[in-house]
Formats: sequence, C-alpha cells, structure tokens
Amino acid sequence: MNSERPGRRVRSGHATLTAYGEPWIWLTGASLVTAIAMIVGLLAVIVARGATTFWPVPLEQVRVADGRGVLGEVAEREPAVAETTGSSGHGARRLIRTGDFDATGNHYEWIDDDAIVETLRPEWATVVERSEGGRLHGVPKRLLHGEEVVAEGAADVWTAFIAQHPAIRRRERQAQRIDKHDRGELQRRLRAARLEVVEASLAHGRDSRQVEEAEARERSLAHDIGDKERALDAATARLRDENAGWAIEVETGSGAIVAVPLASVVRGWQPNRLSLAGSIGLYLSRWGEFLSDDPREANSAGGVFPAIWGTVVMTLIMALFVAPFGVLAALYLREYAGSGPVTTAVRIAINNLAGVPSIVYGAFGLGFFCYVLGAGIDDVFFKASLLADGQPTFGTGGLLWASLTLALLTLPVVIVATEEALSAVPNSMREGSYACGAGKWQTIRRIVLPRALPGIMTGLILAMARGAGEVAPLMLVGVKKVALDLPFDGTFPFIHPEREFMHLAYLIYDVGFQSPNSQAARPMVYTITFLLVAIIALLNVAAIWLRSRLRRRFVSQQF
Amino acid sequence: MNAVDGMPEDRLLAVAAGRDVNAEVHDTVIQEPPVLEIDRFNLWYGAKQALHRITMPIPLNKVTALVGPSGCGKSTLLRSVNRLNDLVQSVRITGDMRLNGDSIYDPRMDVIELRKRMGMVFQKPNPFPMSIYENVVYSLRIDGENNRGVLDEVCERSLRGSALWDEVKDRLHESALGMSGGQQQRLCIARAIAAEPEVLLLDEPCSALDPIATGKIEDLIQELRGQYSVLMVTHNMQQASRSSDYTAFMYLGRLIEYGATTDIFTKPMLRETEAYVTGRFG
Repeated sequence: MNSERPGRRVRSGHATLTAYGEPWIWLTGASLVTAIAMIVGLLAVIVARGATTFWPVPLEQVRVADGRGVLGEVAEREPAVAETTGSSGHGARRLIRTGDFDATGNHYEWIDDDAIVETLRPEWATVVERSEGGRLHGVPKRLLHGEEVVAEGAADVWTAFIAQHPAIRRRERQAQRIDKHDRGELQRRLRAARLEVVEASLAHGRDSRQVEEAEARERSLAHDIGDKERALDAATARLRDENAGWAIEVETGSGAIVAVPLASVVRGWQPNRLSLAGSIGLYLSRWGEFLSDDPREANSAGGVFPAIWGTVVMTLIMALFVAPFGVLAALYLREYAGSGPVTTAVRIAINNLAGVPSIVYGAFGLGFFCYVLGAGIDDVFFKASLLADGQPTFGTGGLLWASLTLALLTLPVVIVATEEALSAVPNSMREGSYACGAGKWQTIRRIVLPRALPGIMTGLILAMARGAGEVAPLMLVGVKKVALDLPFDGTFPFIHPEREFMHLAYLIYDVGFQSPNSQAARPMVYTITFLLVAIIALLNVAAIWLRSRLRRRFVSQQF
Repeated sequence: MNAVDGMPEDRLLAVAAGRDVNAEVHDTVIQEPPVLEIDRFNLWYGAKQALHRITMPIPLNKVTALVGPSGCGKSTLLRSVNRLNDLVQSVRITGDMRLNGDSIYDPRMDVIELRKRMGMVFQKPNPFPMSIYENVVYSLRIDGENNRGVLDEVCERSLRGSALWDEVKDRLHESALGMSGGQQQRLCIARAIAAEPEVLLLDEPCSALDPIATGKIEDLIQELRGQYSVLMVTHNMQQASRSSDYTAFMYLGRLIEYGATTDIFTKPMLRETEAYVTGRFG
C-alpha cells in the first residue's frame, strides 16, 4: 500500500486458512457427506434386502457327520468365533432354512461347517409353498389321486403336478371366494333384516304392527337365505370333492415322506433347475401375489394388498382433511390476525404441537373421535346395531378416525409451511390488487393463494410423508393385524369409513416382531419396508410434480 | 444544506429545523380545473410526522410530477391518495383530499369503491400470477364482470392504450410472469387504465427498468397526457421535465414549490428549487 515501506506485506498461512474458511468447507462438507451416507446406506439395505426376497435361491442337500440330512436355502453364514470367558465360541457355521417343519419341528437349523460330510444340489429339489404350514423342501416321490398312484419318480411327478395343479388351485380359490364373499354377503343381509326388527321396535314399540311385519320379513329372508346357503354348501362341496384325494408326496431332507394335498399348494418350484427366464418369471409372479393378494399365515406369507390399500387411502383421506383446515388456519393467522402477544403465543403453541409424541395423538383420537364423536354417531344413527349385537359402528377405531387423528398430527406441519408460503408472497402483489379496488378476500383468493400454492404443497408433501409412516397412533385408532374387508366394496353404501383396516407400517411391526416364525418372516419385513418407502416416495413424487407445474404457472422466474 | 458554495438554503434549513414554511404555488396551477384537491393534509407514522400541511390541487387531464430527495414523502403522499396507507398500522392523518369533489377521507367513503376510481402503478412491476389477459381485466373480474365481449374489448383497448397490444396480442393467455420487465410495467399500466380511472397514480414507474424500457414508458406517459389525470412520483429530473405538465418540489414532508414544469425548471421562484432541479443539491 505504502510505497515508502520496504518490501511487501505477505499474509501468513494461518491467516489465509481462517480468512478463506477452508476448514469450514471441510467441516460442512463432511457433515453433509455423513448424512448422505447414512440415508443412502439405509435405503440401500432396504432395497437390496427387500427386492431380493422373491428371487429363487438354490437348495442344498447337506449331510452331517451324525447321519442327519437337511435340504434348504442357506440363509446366513457366520465366521468362526473364538472362545472367550463367558461365551463359548464356535467354528464357521451356516443357517439353513430347512423347510422340514413337519418332520423336525424346525424351520431353520444351524449347521457347523466342520460337521458337513457332503453338500449336493439335487436337480429335483422342490420348494412347495403351502397355504398353511409354511414351506416344504423335498424331492417329489409320487403324485396320488386317492389310492391311485398317478405318477412316480421326480420327473414324472413334476410333469403331472404341472398338469393338474392349476385347475385344482383354481377350484380351491373359487371355493374360498364363495366362503368369504358370497356367504359374507348373505350374513350381511340377514343382519340388516335383524337390524330392521330392532329399529322397528325402537321406533314403534315392542309389540307394534311394524315389528311383526319386520319379523315376518326377517323370517322369510332367513328361509330364503337358508336355501341359498345350502346351494353354496353344495357348490363348495362339489369343488372340494373334485380336489379331494389329489396329493403330492415328497421326501424331505431328513428322509421323511410328507404328503401335501394339492389344494393347499400355492406354488412349487425347483430352484436348482430354473433357467434365468424361469427365475425372472417366478420372481415376478411372487411379486404379483405380494402386491395383489390377501395375506396368509399370520401375515408372514401371501400378499399385502389390503395393507397397501389401507395405507394409500388413509394417507389421501388425511390429506383431504388436513389441507383445507391447515390452510384456512394459516390464512387467518397470517392475513387476518393482528400482531400481538396472543398471535405470538398461538404461533409458538402450533410449533410446539409438532413436537408432541404421536402416541398422545393416538390416545386423543381414541378418547375423542372413537369414544365421544363415534359413540355419539352410533347413538343417533346406529342405535339398532348397538342394541342388536352390541357392535359399535363408529364407536371404535376405523379408517375415518385414523385419518382424522393423523390429520390432527400433521396439522402443525401444514400450518407452519402455509404461513411461510403466505408471507413469501410479495407485498407488492397484494398492494397491486388493493389498488385495483379488490377487497381483502378477493386479494387472498385470486392473488395470494395461487401464488402461495407451491409452498402450501410443500407442507402437504411433508405432512403426507410423515402421516404415511406413522404407526403408534394408528394402533389405537383402527389399524388391525388382519382386516380383509376393504373400506370400499360392492355392498351399500360402498364406502365404509368406519371399518378397521391394515397398514404397511403396522405390518412391519407385526410381521417383524409379533410373528411366531420371525426368522422366516424377516425377508418379508424388508420387502414390506421397501414397498412402504416406495409408496411414500411415489406419493411425494406425484405431489412434487404437481407443485412444479403450479410453480411454473404462478411464480415468476424473473424476480 | 449547502452553504459552502455561497448558496444559503434558507427555506430548506428552516424546514430541517422543524419550522413550517409556506409553499410557493404558482397561479398557473390554481387556474387549472382540479381533479384532485389535497387540503391541509398531515400524516404521521406513529410519532413521526411524514407529511406537513400539504395543500395542492392536481389539474384535470394533465401530468403532474412530484420530485424531491429520498424520504421527502412523495410516495407517502401518492399512497395517501388511494388510501393504501390504511394498510399500514400506526398511520394517523388529519386534513382531507377530494376526488372530483368527493371527500376521500370521509368515514362514509367506501375504500374499495374509492380505489376503483383510481389506477396505480408501482415502482417494481407487479403483474399478478395469472395470464396477461386476466391481469388486464382484473379490476373488472373482481367487480363480477364475466361477459366475454366486454372483457375482450377492455383488454384490447387497455393494451393498445399502454402500447403493448402488438407485442402480446398472440399470447394473451400465457402467464404474465414470462414477460420482460418493461413489458410487465406497461402491463401494469394497462391494468391501471382498464377501469377508466379518474386519476392515474404512478410511483416511480421507471426506477426498476433499463433505459430502453424507460423510454417506452415515457412515450406512453406522453400519450396518456390529455386523456388521463396523472400524478407521478419520480426521482429523475429529466423525466419530470420531459413528461410532466406540472411539477411539485417536496422536501422533508413539506411542499416547497409547485408550478408549471417549464417554470419550475427554467425560472423557479425559489433558489432552493433551482438548486434541486439543476442537481446542485439533493
């Protein structure tokens, strides 16, 4: 600077470091990398485990030194653990899913590598997935129809199985559909008639003419339904008679012979023989079942369709409730409420509400929505049902109450986001509108809301993501382990918001930690998690797409 | 302010010291028929007085420019005309304004009806988040006018009036937010004249624009002259001298001198005004 001063002032290395802030770049960058690594790692585990559940794994026939044999998939390998004080070590070992519960009473077995005499991959080793009793691993021996042996030897049995099984399975499913759907429908009609009797006696007194008429109607309907039920009985009996006697005999890994009725076989495959195309076909078919079918075996097998349905519909109904309420509340707070201690207190309270544990909302939902609001509705509109069989309609957990509870839970998120979006609308736009002679509401409706819409959508996206993954409150207000009756169906009035429902997040808890066969259910847990994450991501992507469209329309690129 | 170069600014010093001074209002202004009369108007933001006893008539169908250094109350005065200051909490006023004889601050006056009789254009272009067409007919829409024919006609007339028609006639239904800044400002003028306002208020309409866009807006103001009564705030002396018929010089919330633009710029009564318009102070 000063030319009279000799030499130039050079900055020291330390000053440079602090001045340029390099350490802060590293620190902030490292934090971001750590966060990303954790999130990506979590998602990678879920995707890797969840997406591979249905891929067929080869079956290994393992013979152990003491003469036992097992046939199964290797589920896990463990390296040797040295002996330490307090715990005995073991050599390298593997966990094998034996599929031999009928003979050994175990689904899984640990085998020490040292004890293995030989390992084979029998070509005809077959996985038989049963509708009850889990999987069976074995080599087909005979196909029976009553006393008659239809086929013998693995190859012939398999050919015969492929020929017979689809028709038998179809008949079995038809019989199940009759049992579940047609019979259920008859029961519902009978119950409706019984309710009419109770309603008549409530309205007109116990001995009135109307009650007698209703009773007469009920009697004739009962008679009618008796006939119909006998017809259904005959139909199912006919279907099941045709299936009776068909069975496949397999020799399991331990050498036991187990006969499985063909009607209870969901599918069979031979992983050691499958080509790549066959593997892909099987993989897709199992995904198809998973996505579209009802669960079996305490939810640890079969599909999760009712849970997918429950999750999506609950989230959408929740959004339907929380969006208008949140937006209107935020509108008042931002546009109409004056600034003062009360407004500030309300705002702080709303922010704090977002931090209340979700189970508290669940308890509130149960106490208020179910037991006060629901019981009140039952008292007024569904008294007959309550008196007839003591069954509450709205007075218990259900889809509607669960959606409302979650709407309450996510309300603060929407209010805060909406308020921020509203305050981000430039004041010049409001003034421009006022200067044109618009009133306050006209300005809000025509200028402020459209402009704030993308920001409001952001709040809604956050709320939906939070609501769709919530479990604790749902356990109190309507989610059930098994609820196969969807809240929408063909029976009047088609929408049944009072019904209990299934939910993917609850299913994770249930299958993973409440299942009697948790080892076998573990891959399912990953798959369900994968599905839940995918569904939430899908809902978010849809909302984000909508938001970007709105943003293009309503927010300027110039300023 | 600037006594150093031998130019004692008596009046301005008096104003700065808080004393009241009389405004020099030329006879040429008083002889014009007024569209708007500002009558002993005072305004406070909380305890701070922003406008001091402003009394000035705004001539009918002429362009009147308000000039003065930043913070002298030009914008406040403009925003008081259509009562936009009502939105600001802690604003208090005394005195009155009359629009064609109707008291603006009469408690019985409906603010919304009042604002429909005026148009306003702001510093920064503020098109609404909707199509060009809807922007122009906004004031009719909020009045409940939905007749397509009426709207189309107003839209075309206003856009022609603001010299924008040829540029946008093929994309009337596209978003107004995609236009350039100058086009947006002319759109705001079209929006302001759509409802045939009795007074058009321009609050530094060119301050956010580049010179070419500024030139177009100034040309437009020339064309509006004679059809509309325009009250315009500007920082730009050239703009005031080129575009306006009358010029008012304000300082620290007071009106100092007010007269025909040619007089103010060539032979002002006060040395202070001369110092300001020639750029020696301010």
